Amino acid sequence: MQQKQQGASSSSTSYNSPCAACKFLRRKCMPGCIFAPYFPPEEPQKFANVHKIFGASNVTKLLSDLLPHQREDAVNSLAYEAEARVRDPVYGCVGAISFLQRQVDRLQKELDAANADLIRFVYSDQMAPPVVPLQPSTPHAVVPRQVRNIIGSESGGGYYNNNNNNNNNNNNNNNNQTPIPFPYSLPWNYQNYNNNPRGGSGGI
Amino acid sequence: MNSTRCAACKHLRRRCPSTCIFSPYFPPNNPPRFQYVHKIYGASNVGKILKDLPENYRAEAANSLYYEAYCRIKDPVYGCVGIITILHQQIHNVQCQLAGIQAEIAALSTQSQNEDNQNQQTEIAPTLIEQNGVPNYTSFYDISTWFD
Repeated sequence: MQQKQQGASSSSTSYNSPCAACKFLRRKCMPGCIFAPYFPPEEPQKFANVHKIFGASNVTKLLSDLLPHQREDAVNSLAYEAEARVRDPVYGCVGAISFLQRQVDRLQKELDAANADLIRFVYSDQMAPPVVPLQPSTPHAVVPRQVRNIIGSESGGGYYNNNNNNNNNNNNNNNNQTPIPFPYSLPWNYQNYNNNPRGGSGGI
Repeated sequence: MNSTRCAACKHLRRRCPSTCIFSPYFPPNNPPRFQYVHKIYGASNVGKILKDLPENYRAEAANSLYYEAYCRIKDPVYGCVGIITILHQQIHNVQCQLAGIQAEIAALSTQSQNEDNQNQQTEIAPTLIEQNGVPNYTSFYDISTWFD
């Protein structure tokens, strides 16, 4: 009897408990539930955050527009953004981007200084130039321009794929225009970001 | 009620009251700004997020929501998390380059010091020989003088 009752109260896939989404929404978790593969019942907070920020219907539409093999990454990135927004309601993920951009800028300056030191060292000792060529600093400079190039790309998609990144960067070297002006100028609202006690969470 | 509706109320086809939460941040001259945010978050979620914040933080929140929504529309799989990934990769690349150059400097510095030491030793040996006429190995190989 207990087993029958348990079977009746769980999802119609009698061996699985309802996914976190259906538990949260208090509905029956049907076979083919779009959320079930990505929101296991052991991680209720993941869906709670996503639901709070994006809403279940918006997430359903987003996932429905994607191919099945893309959905897991999409859900994970949505969960990441939702958690970032819950922690930092003002800046969300943008706070992390700002923090990382400043790190890149700082490291780039250190790299340029190290390059200059190496040149001075080598030529002050009147030694032959090192066999290893000096690394140019420009390809990694100005992250925000690259960010804008990526965002301005019409191709979009698949930033984890380095080949796509290289192709996008090559294709977008001559395309610095974004269709819609961005609200942020560079450097990134630095004063407001540092003065914001709520938004200073920086990297996630 | 505003004589011109904000972009949000125009999109939602409703009256724009004077207390509209969206109107300061979604002006009517930029319709896509609200369209993107509405598509990803939904109007009620955006309204809740803005209402929960003090007024002086709402403009930045609206800007960041627009930025994230735009990134998500351009890249439906990764959104602005893709940009974070790229930045992490760039940080890693620059750190590797920096470590390489610092190692190069250290190696060249060591090599230079070794050459300087060798030059100093060859200078001392002829001096000793010249001064004494015969090679004076004693002082040179007297290790007690090495630690003066």
